Amino acid sequence: MSAPAAGAGRVLLETQRLCKSFGALEVARDIDFRLEAGARHALIGPNGAGKTTFVNLLTGVLAPSSGRVLLDGEEVTRLAQAKRVKRGIARTFQINQLFRGLTVLENVCIAVAERMQAGGAMLRPAGLRTDVTGEASRLIETLRLTADAGRRVAELPYGRQRLVEIAIALGLKPRVLLLDEPAAGIPSAESHILLEAIAALPREIAVLIIEHDMDLVFRFAQRITVMVSGAVFAQGAPAEIAANREVRAVYLGSALDA
Amino acid sequence: MSRPVQTAVQELAARHRLRWWEALPWVAGLAAYFLFPGYLAFGTQVLVTILFALSLDLVLGYAGIVTLGHAAFFGAGAYTVGMLAAHWGWSEPLTGLLAAALVAGAVGLASGWVLLRTHGLTLLMLTLCTMALLEQAANMFSGLTGGFDGMPGLAFKPILGLFEFDVLYFRSQYLYALAVLFACFILVRLLVYSPFGRSLTGIRENLLRMHAVGAPVRARQVLAYAISAALAGVAGAVFVHATGYVNLAVLGLERAAGVLIILILGGHGRLYGAFVGAIVYMVLEHTLSKAYPTAWQLGLGLALMLVALYARNGLLGLAEDLRRRWSAR
Repeated sequence: MSAPAAGAGRVLLETQRLCKSFGALEVARDIDFRLEAGARHALIGPNGAGKTTFVNLLTGVLAPSSGRVLLDGEEVTRLAQAKRVKRGIARTFQINQLFRGLTVLENVCIAVAERMQAGGAMLRPAGLRTDVTGEASRLIETLRLTADAGRRVAELPYGRQRLVEIAIALGLKPRVLLLDEPAAGIPSAESHILLEAIAALPREIAVLIIEHDMDLVFRFAQRITVMVSGAVFAQGAPAEIAANREVRAVYLGSALDA
Repeated sequence: MSRPVQTAVQELAARHRLRWWEALPWVAGLAAYFLFPGYLAFGTQVLVTILFALSLDLVLGYAGIVTLGHAAFFGAGAYTVGMLAAHWGWSEPLTGLLAAALVAGAVGLASGWVLLRTHGLTLLMLTLCTMALLEQAANMFSGLTGGFDGMPGLAFKPILGLFEFDVLYFRSQYLYALAVLFACFILVRLLVYSPFGRSLTGIRENLLRMHAVGAPVRARQVLAYAISAALAGVAGAVFVHATGYVNLAVLGLERAAGVLIILILGGHGRLYGAFVGAIVYMVLEHTLSKAYPTAWQLGLGLALMLVALYARNGLLGLAEDLRRRWSAR
């Protein structure tokens, strides 16, 4: 590959003129977007702007009506979700999607086992895969879930469940991590755990975060994309976005006033 | 590693280990052979039903695949050994079991590959339709299957060349069914605690998340469905070996619905629910039908309603709740 060894500046994820419509409703319009290795990028916009739809297009939950999605220069537009995960795109969900009847440890183990291609093994007990359980326990410690490791997810408060959601995504060792409102539902006293976990990620991972908490966005992001009505409205460094009059008018103004 | 995590890891690593009470079903199964020599034909039916319900537990209880057509595979296995014996003189039982597993597994693989694109009620209806198609096929190709009358009076070679099938008292049939059940149970237990089994549980718990961790969800479901079908086929084959006949009832709705009720009664997703459900249901059926020949189904219906209302996770679930409450005091 011709990419620089350090990986910084290399475009990991890219969309070209990405469109999606449901009948007459256009939910994504000509989105050109790039996420570089090491990026800490935030995607903001009013409710219904199409942010989650965009994540669904990136991960393969939805197929675009037109346009392309490239991962590390290779086209993945028509690739199934599971195959994109194998190539390094992981996500969290806006609303928790967990194995509620299983323990926290088991939740993370399932993700780690899939990444290690061990999820289809039939003849050896899952609990004896110490490589899987070891890595899962380290993730659980990183996210300060140690006290809850053996508890069923359904028994945990929503905020703690949010952290399990992140642990599962990290268990996939992604190159591109898409966080859909990760802090929603986490008590503000605990949101630093989330930020620390993200800060502790290997530098070369590209992180895209969708978030409404502007405080968190401006602490986290090096670059911000603003989406309105399915299209990219503005892109730039946080200072530029904060100073952008139009952005303030359509979004930040109302968010800051609220 | 800190303490709670370590405890959780150890708990996970010990989960598959055999516990003392897991010997009970097999001890009881052997004891019943000596204690109730007059009921071995009934006992054999119970064992066959346990195996059938166990195969259903793998898809319904673990993978969360709702099916109302599981008798299709029981029937596929039953007709396989029946037709092999009746037309081609292939009456050796153990290779017959293998053939039944292969045929039923293939039917499961093919139908699962098509049907498992759907979920919920659609899937329920389609599994039912598949079974109805097979039943109708067995009815129409009467040259091969015996049609409506089926194939009575089938004779099979001795098991391992040593143990003759015992037409009068079902002694060898009972032990044969117990041995096959044991072997199949070991296999299912192995599967359930394996990473494959855990991933099936993941699919049951949250399909969306399972896709998002990169699991080949449909391939896993189809594989589980095929394995379950093969086991159901083995149950059907043992049924035919034991009774010496096969007819359309082996792939009827009554059998498919019956095994579903049995599994839910015992408790699904628990391995031993199949044992508890089959024994309780069939013993109730047996004794009630003797005591109240005209109204026995009323009693069975009431018992099932009580379980549906007050024991959502079946009798085993009820027992677990009671034990938890007891130890919490």
